[in-house]
Amino acid sequence: MRFLFKTDYEDDIRLFPHSGYVVSYSLLLAVLLIAPYVLSSYLMSQLVFVCIYATVGVALLILTGFTGQASLGHAAFLAIGAYTAAYLQKYNVPFPLYFLAAGALAGLIGALVGFPALRLQGIYLVIATISFAFIVEEILARWESVTNGNEGLRIKAPSLLGVTISRDSPTFYFICLAVLVLTIVGTLNLLRSPTGRAFVAIRDSETAARSMGVNVALYKVKSFAISAAITGFAGVLFAHKLSFISPEMFTLQLSIEFIIVILIGGTFSLHGAVLGAIFIVMIDPFLTYLKDDMPGIIAGIAATFGAGTATAANIQSKVAAFASLNGLKGAIYGIIIMLFVLFEPLGIYGRWLKIKLFFQLFPLYKRATFKRQKIYVKSERNR
Amino acid sequence: MLDFVQQLVSGVALGCVYGLIALGFVLVYKATEVVNFAQGDLMMLGGFFAFTFIGMMGLNYWIGFAGAVAAMALFGMLAERVVVRPILGYPQFSIIMATIGLGYFLRSVAGMIWGTDDFKIETPFSQGVLRIGSLVLAHDKLSVIAATVILCALLWLFFNKTTLGTAMRASSENMLAAYYMGIPVKRVVSIVWAISAAVATCAGVLLAPITFIHSNVGLVLGLKAFPAAVLGGFGSIPGAVVGGVLIGVIESMAGFYLAEGWKDVAPYLVLLAVLLLKPEGLFGLHTRKKV
Repeated sequence: MRFLFKTDYEDDIRLFPHSGYVVSYSLLLAVLLIAPYVLSSYLMSQLVFVCIYATVGVALLILTGFTGQASLGHAAFLAIGAYTAAYLQKYNVPFPLYFLAAGALAGLIGALVGFPALRLQGIYLVIATISFAFIVEEILARWESVTNGNEGLRIKAPSLLGVTISRDSPTFYFICLAVLVLTIVGTLNLLRSPTGRAFVAIRDSETAARSMGVNVALYKVKSFAISAAITGFAGVLFAHKLSFISPEMFTLQLSIEFIIVILIGGTFSLHGAVLGAIFIVMIDPFLTYLKDDMPGIIAGIAATFGAGTATAANIQSKVAAFASLNGLKGAIYGIIIMLFVLFEPLGIYGRWLKIKLFFQLFPLYKRATFKRQKIYVKSERNR
Repeated sequence: MLDFVQQLVSGVALGCVYGLIALGFVLVYKATEVVNFAQGDLMMLGGFFAFTFIGMMGLNYWIGFAGAVAAMALFGMLAERVVVRPILGYPQFSIIMATIGLGYFLRSVAGMIWGTDDFKIETPFSQGVLRIGSLVLAHDKLSVIAATVILCALLWLFFNKTTLGTAMRASSENMLAAYYMGIPVKRVVSIVWAISAAVATCAGVLLAPITFIHSNVGLVLGLKAFPAAVLGGFGSIPGAVVGGVLIGVIESMAGFYLAEGWKDVAPYLVLLAVLLLKPEGLFGLHTRKKV
């Protein structure tokens, strides 16, 4: 086990606490840079979605994980980014310019949403963000001169420095990766600055933060604006990746998916956003794989345990029929969410830390280290 | 003028539907401070149970109704035991996510069992029409209004006048203190989930002739009922119904008088405006943490 001896305040807020971080993250970066030349085009496409979802996850973490303001309306910010890009592209605005404009507009609208949200807490904030997302969705469907209504908008491949970048090319993946890495590094820097500490103070106790001199209103609006702006950037990439956008893509369902990203990944660290994004994006191909291969595998197992050929074939067809049931995916989705909330509220990253600690302390690990305390409900109305 | 009255009445009927679902939200919140996003899906499931009893097994309407309510009350207790009890007291947002997960699960399972078609239940209220002057009122809508008023009154009396209701309010205020006072908190929470599932079933069955039953009806109506509960001030029983009626009336007026598209947005605009002026809803208590 490694012990860090801190001798100075700077040691506490380093981006890389020790050299191990530099090694492992450079390795990871190298793998990600080689990936497009190794992986199949389908997996590459999924990897681009992982980058986009992770960017939104980081944005949501700033707001929900670190400032403690729940939002079920982030699909709306994504839509604003996507539509801004599509609209400006029609007027031949270059890619870098409309990329920035999309983030700026989403950030501005995020700040505007942040103001009314100042007085709201908990469930009231959730419903206010849902309402906002509904209103945006409806505007997108009705403002036909700009958004082309329910028919949706086509968006051409972006061109950078005179070169057109196809949405399946490695270059597009590198752009998405760069946006993700920049977002993560920027967010890390933000979180170790006074602004980030104010966010965390607001999350932990608004009253305490206020009495320490934190301007709660200002920082809440800032948090909303930053989160929305990053989501707007992700929206541009999202639009380019799909090459077609319409209002029904940006529904409450998508907002819930984003929340699931950070919930499953872990809400207390930026790692969570990336891990959660990998989970959400990869669950689809994984379920398809299970659906195709599981019946054969189960029949094979049954055969090895002495079931006859006829029985095995019977089992195979029954499992296949079950696997192709309509809506099985939704049920699995629901079960996964419930299991995570019930048994691993710290998410995948929390589980990873526990496993890591187990090996670090190897013979001395105590199960009680992470035992959850019994919590009793105390009315939030009197808080 | 007649148009206006007709729209008003149908808005009130629609609003009572929302109010009926919102009552379920409020009940659970009032007793455990849990916001149950699966409330609409409990309603959907109740509707399907009633459909199974009445439509498929051919039972009498009232017997089937009672059977569905009883079955759903048990199901509500089961859901509470499995999903909610282990995380009671955790941050509100994780409980919301758990119930969203439960909603996903119920929707898909209902879709797998009953299919994705629309179903209809034959009820004694399906056919008749009441005429007052030139005003036309369908019996099925009147039945929803009547049921909402009755249920609201009963629940209000239950919460404010009975010992069990007082115990529920006490355990929501401070669970540990309630334990110390000898209140069986676990049983109380269990009962409140049973009641809320039963109320949801009433909503589902009464709605069956109006909206039909399909596996997504809970999501659609739940998303309208939820603003209703918030508008009235989460945690207030009369507030839920008033909020529901307001949302219903606004929706039907906007659909009639304003351009297309306003109908779906207007309730949310009003909700945002109300939250701006009164962050705790119309009937919510304004409280501030004491330090």
